[in-house]
Order: sequence, then structure tokens, then C-alpha cells
Amino acid sequence: MADASYPDDLLYHAEHDWARIDPDDATFATLGITWYAQDSLGEVVFFDLPAVGTAVKKDEPYAEVESVKAVSDVIAPLSGEIVEVNEALSDGPQAINDDPYGAGWLIKVRLADPGEREALMDASAYAATLGG
Amino acid sequence: MPATLRRTALYDAHVAAGAKMVEFAGWEMPVQYVGVGAEHLAVRERCGIFDVSHMGEIEVAGPQALALLQRLLSNDVAKVAVDVDGGHAQYSVLCREDGGVLDDLFAYRLDTDRYLTVTNAANHEADLEWFRAHAGEFPEAEVIDRLDDYAMLAVQGPLARGIVQAISDAPLPARMIAASRRLAGRDVLVCGTGYTGEDGVELLCRPADAPALWDELVRRGATPAGLAARDTLRLEVCFHLYGNDLMPERGPIEAGLGWCCKEDTHFIGAEAVRAVREAGASEKLVAFEIDGPGIARQGNQIAGGGEVTSGTMSPSLGVGIGMAYVPAERSAIGSDLEIDVRGKMRRAVVRQKPLYRKGQ
Repeated sequence: MADASYPDDLLYHAEHDWARIDPDDATFATLGITWYAQDSLGEVVFFDLPAVGTAVKKDEPYAEVESVKAVSDVIAPLSGEIVEVNEALSDGPQAINDDPYGAGWLIKVRLADPGEREALMDASAYAATLGG
Repeated sequence: MPATLRRTALYDAHVAAGAKMVEFAGWEMPVQYVGVGAEHLAVRERCGIFDVSHMGEIEVAGPQALALLQRLLSNDVAKVAVDVDGGHAQYSVLCREDGGVLDDLFAYRLDTDRYLTVTNAANHEADLEWFRAHAGEFPEAEVIDRLDDYAMLAVQGPLARGIVQAISDAPLPARMIAASRRLAGRDVLVCGTGYTGEDGVELLCRPADAPALWDELVRRGATPAGLAARDTLRLEVCFHLYGNDLMPERGPIEAGLGWCCKEDTHFIGAEAVRAVREAGASEKLVAFEIDGPGIARQGNQIAGGGEVTSGTMSPSLGVGIGMAYVPAERSAIGSDLEIDVRGKMRRAVVRQKPLYRKGQ
């Protein structure tokens, strides 16, 4: 996706990760990286899928995403247990660049503490941290 | 970025083209424009143009120019002819007394007693100092810093020669030959060299002429390509990058550069290089492909000894590739390597160099 965008229905972590809380189930969230993160990385060539069942902890890395030039940790915006990983990324990691909020989602988690979301930013607050 | 970073004559052209600018060896350089994958493939399939003006130039001139360069450079500089076609080019390494590699560089013979060597940006000042420190033994050789006098463009890919030929006043020099030409009305030293594994030329021109040349070549179909693509291109064909694959702690034999070392010329470090060549290197630089997912990176350790010095995802091959120093007994083609990629052991296989071949 060519232009920066930060959808209003997501929550954001300062390490350039997003969480989409399921509107029908506040204990369930989809996680990914932001437009800014994928733009900084450049073309993603490898996403090392974490295992379903693994625990992720807020503010700590749970996976690595690699561009041609660099490898970056992906930080969990919320704590929980991985219930699904985006298997399509193993063959097509460029979806993270093409559609970071859609086909480029990374994992789905069962949240350990839905209250943690209070620490995350909304789209306008996150966009403000990026400057410009 | 700090204000102390140097900019090439093409800085404005890069910014206008939407380049992502990064610090590289003290310079503010374009790492990519639209994306490394597209730029890489443009060079492999058509034509890319790189600004490599950050690279340094040192001219050595005078009746003892050859003698000084023969002392400094590992290759046999006496073999570098100048004839009706132009001056020939030669690849060398610059060694310390102990054989450790200080730089790798191309030397071009400009005239009977004039040579131009192209240095790596990060090494230019140290190389210049090294050249001058040894020039004392050769009073009739003058060492001249030409860094500010040249901009350098690399035009590379199967269509590169045709695109440059169309604006040249005379046929372009052949591979490994450099000759002066008028390109779009400007004086340019056209060199039949490059570092991508593709055919093409490198152009040395006055910095003031660089923007117009760049624009004209882009207009004629050359795709601007950044440092990221330059790195993936050179690594696919296993060309060394100083600071990754070459360093003072290792010698040219270990690096697989024995072919450009002619010890009988008595270059600085020749005895050390000869000793390693005769005894056999204890470790060797090999090319590898990752077997399965993952990308090894510089600094990754290899089980049983050795380390990765360059690693990336190959845009042409679609697998993780790289180069690594490994113990000589495990350097044979087909050897298995276990690479510790940030805590995960990744299997890799030693492959024949180059990893990428035309038409593969």
C-alpha cells in the first residue's frame, strides 16, 4: 500500500504494532504491524511464524519479520496465547507490505488481560507519535 | 541525520526520485527508491543506474607510479596495459605486512604514467594515508586525492551498454578497459567494469556534470537503483564487500582472492600471503544457500566454528544466501553448515560460486 494509513478501528502500540479487538469478543484480538513499520522495514521477505499455543507478553517480542536488509522484532501490544497464525505469510510475506491491516495480519490471540488495552493508543494518538 | 554527512552531486536527484536516504560510510546515500526487489530485477533484466560517487579515487602519477602501485597492490600492475583501446583495469587487494586486507580496489591505467584506483568510501582516507606513507620510497611517484574531482555512476544490466552507447561519441570500451568519451556532450571516463555480475559500464565524470548525465540515462530507460540492490546483486555473484567479507584480520587467500595476488611482485604482505598459500588456509570464505526458511546475517556463528560475513534473501533465487568463513575442512562444495540465526539453528549448504548465473 503506497500511502500511510492508520485505521480508526485499531489500537496501537508505540513499537509500531496494532491490535484489532474482536467487536463481539473482547478477549480475542488480531495483531499485526503498522504501515509505518512495514514502510521502515522495506520489502518483507520472511516472517518466521510463531507456534500456536505460545504465550505472548505485552511489550515483548514474539516473532521476527525480515526485510532484505534487516531483521526486526515484532512486539506484542497485548498479552495472551496464540490461537492462530497467518499461514499464508510463509509463502507470501509481502502481504505485510501490501495490506498490513488485512491480509498481512500476523497472529490471533486469546487475551490474558483484556484490560491491557487501556495502555494502547488510538489511531490519532499513534499517528501523532510519528510526527508530521 | 547529522549535518556532517557528505552528499554526492546527485543528492537532489535522489530525493526528487523518492529515494530513502541512509547513512553509509559517512555519506547520505539512497538505499532504495521504489523497492529493492524491483531495482534488483531491473538490473538483472534491463538496466539499473547507481550513484557510487561515495567511492574514492586516488591518482598515482609520475615515472615511478607503476613501481609504487606494484608495491601497494597485490596484483601484477605491470600487466595493466594502455593501448589504442584505452587503459586496462585490474582488481587488487591492498594488504598489510601480515597479509591482512586493508581494502579491495580497481586500478585503471589512464596513461603511460598515470593510474586511478577506486577505493571503498569507508577506507578512502586510510588508503590515501597508506599510499602516501609508502610513496616516500618512490620520489618520482605523486599521490593525488581525486575524491572531490569525480562523481561515479554505475550503469549495469543487459541493456546498459546500449543505453550509454546511444549518447556516446564513440564505441564504448570493452570489458575491463577504460577510455575517455563524450557522453551527451560531457567528458566522461567510461570503464567497462561493475560489481553486479551484469554487463555494463561505470562512468567517472565531473560532479557538476553528474546530474545531467543521470537524468539523461534515466530518461533513456535506466532504473535508479540503491545500495540495497547493489548489495543483493553483488552477493548473488559472490563479489566481496569490504567490511563484511574482507577485513584486516583475514588475508586474501582465506577470502578466495588468491587469483589477484602475485607474490613475485613483492607487494606489501606478499610473504605472508605466500606462506598461507603454501601451507593452505585454515579457513575459507564459502558461499552458501539456506536449506529451508530463514535468512542468515553478518555475524551469525556457525556450529563447529566460523561466521557469516554477508547474508540476505536472494531476489533472483528466492532463498536465503550468504558468504561465511568456515574451517577449511568444511569448505567443500556440498558441505552442510548449521548456522545459529539468532538462536535458531538453520541448515545451509556450501555452494559453488557464483550463486547466481545468467540464464539460471
